[in-house]
Amino acid sequence: MTSGDSEVQRDETPAAPGGDSGGDSKVEAEETPAAPGGDSKVQADETPAAPSGNGVAQHPGVPPASRGADAGAAVLRAGRRLITFSETWTLVALIILIVYFSFRAPGKFDSLNDFSLMGSANAWYLVMVVGETFVILTAGIDLAVGAVLVMAGVVADLYCLHHGGASASWAVIGVGSVLGLATGAGCGAVQGLGVTKLKVPPLIVTLGGFIAFTGAAYLITGGSDFRNAPNRLVNTIGLGNVPGTPLPWLIAISFAAVIVFGLILAFTRFGRYTYAIGSNPEAARRAGIAVDRHLIKVYALSGLMAGLAGILSLANFGTTTLAGHSFDNLTVITGVVLGGASLFGGRGTMLGSVIGLAIPAVLLTGLTIIGLNTYWQDVAIGAVLVAAVSLDQFRHRLRERA
Amino acid sequence: MTDPMPTTVPVLEARGVIKHYGHVLALDEADFSANPGEVVALIGDNGAGKSTLVKSLVGAIRPDGGLILVDGKPVSLTSPLDARRHGIEAVYQDLALAPDLDPASNLYLGREITLIPFIRILNRRAMRERAMTAFAELGINLPNIGAAVGTLSGGQRQSVAVARAVAFASRIIFMDEPTAALGVIQRGRVLDVIRRVRDRGVSVVLVSHNMPEVLAVADRVEVLRLGRRVASFTASQTSVEELVGAMTGALEIANGSGGPR
Repeated sequence: MTSGDSEVQRDETPAAPGGDSGGDSKVEAEETPAAPGGDSKVQADETPAAPSGNGVAQHPGVPPASRGADAGAAVLRAGRRLITFSETWTLVALIILIVYFSFRAPGKFDSLNDFSLMGSANAWYLVMVVGETFVILTAGIDLAVGAVLVMAGVVADLYCLHHGGASASWAVIGVGSVLGLATGAGCGAVQGLGVTKLKVPPLIVTLGGFIAFTGAAYLITGGSDFRNAPNRLVNTIGLGNVPGTPLPWLIAISFAAVIVFGLILAFTRFGRYTYAIGSNPEAARRAGIAVDRHLIKVYALSGLMAGLAGILSLANFGTTTLAGHSFDNLTVITGVVLGGASLFGGRGTMLGSVIGLAIPAVLLTGLTIIGLNTYWQDVAIGAVLVAAVSLDQFRHRLRERA
Repeated sequence: MTDPMPTTVPVLEARGVIKHYGHVLALDEADFSANPGEVVALIGDNGAGKSTLVKSLVGAIRPDGGLILVDGKPVSLTSPLDARRHGIEAVYQDLALAPDLDPASNLYLGREITLIPFIRILNRRAMRERAMTAFAELGINLPNIGAAVGTLSGGQRQSVAVARAVAFASRIIFMDEPTAALGVIQRGRVLDVIRRVRDRGVSVVLVSHNMPEVLAVADRVEVLRLGRRVASFTASQTSVEELVGAMTGALEIANGSGGPR
């Protein structure tokens, strides 16, 4: 989404005297050797963007010599910039996987039905990835998403059980859902308070949250799953399609969440502050941004999304699935990191996170279809995850040095 | 440029400012004044209280005593936002930029131009265009306006931080060692920018250790020692030796050529 910014504008300010711009282009030329060697491969991709950049350049009247030197530098810089767009790489990997599996199992893997099943089976992950992306962009982490999901599902179902159980009306389901969402947002906000006011590292706050919310869910249910989720909920949201379309509700709702919050992240002040805080919290503070308040909102958002995921899970399974979401946090965080978000904060996109989440899902479905042992998926994802983070560390060091 | 007349009301003034850090007295009734449209250098040895004084004047810390006056009226600066509302901006030594955001986003950080009141959609085009104008006005040359600030050279980052302060300051800009990390060419350019800002009628306070630089760009020099102002010189009538003398206390004449307030 932010990749819309990638147009390469080369603006020579006319106000600068000739001697000045000469000095500057020298500086640029010196920098170019520092660019990583991998660039050459990337340049081909970037060339279509470059001419449009030239068209945008608003200040012609630049000496041709400095122009040539600058053009070379600009291409290299654009190449280096593209490397930082990790979601490009992730997207390439995803496409290769899909093409490969479609080729190996023609007519099976690429059917709409497969994608629809894959989407439904991952709907709650998709929703949680939305919140987790915001949190990781602030250089935080939320390990509690799966536990908050269960908590929210338990609270929502508890209300429904007391007001009609399996035959509960839509009004009851509505109130129960709102209670579930509020529970999620509340759990998130409490974690946000822990991170900002108690100044405990997010890893620890949300590890504590993970344990405590799981325990609370077991306390409320007495250790065994609530069953008898409202039939109306299960038959529509959980298993049904949006009327008149082949689109499952699970997919519609989760993609709606992705799109709405993806747009908020990319185009609003709230999103900008999220990036700024992850990039340099002290600078954000000095710029007058209420950093603590924003962080609390971000953790509350992650909780809210986990709450929504809880409703979706309840609708799909018809029970509270107490033990079914213990590793959701790992799935979700893996998706965000594979999608190119930096654990140092400030870098990443919603689109990248969605692609990052899709890779393990596609791999699993594909391996199943071509009849390979699906445990290979775990081995591959584990290795790729470590590789992705090591690339992130490398980029971080590269920039610290600059 | 402007002759500081004795009757001029300082745009920003500190009177008898006191600040304790535990048992350490960082500012011992320190005075300071900056007149409209002048470049004042604030110098002093390490630990003389320069940073503490600057932080008090930009609202980053609250002094324990004394007065701060803007255009002759006492004000209370409880946060950097307060100071900004009075047209006081600062370029911090660490620049306070978000490395993952582009120059325009950094320029408008915390002051974004937005479109719809509640949702606050960023008006990127307006911010980018105005940022480019702001950079051009200062003769700042950024080859790629869309690149993250973290990918820029040290001099370019410095330029972004300075442009941000200049774009929003209506009264005075504090610059804490703005040239310390720069090469010779960029150093000259920052000094140029300081002169341009001054010519637009905005005062500049330059905190620096570099005496020749101070004498080259400042109209006046105020010297802090042990938390007090010990001297105030007109830059054109003093020398490096005299400044160093005042800083170290070797020159124990109460006031240099600056005269009493």
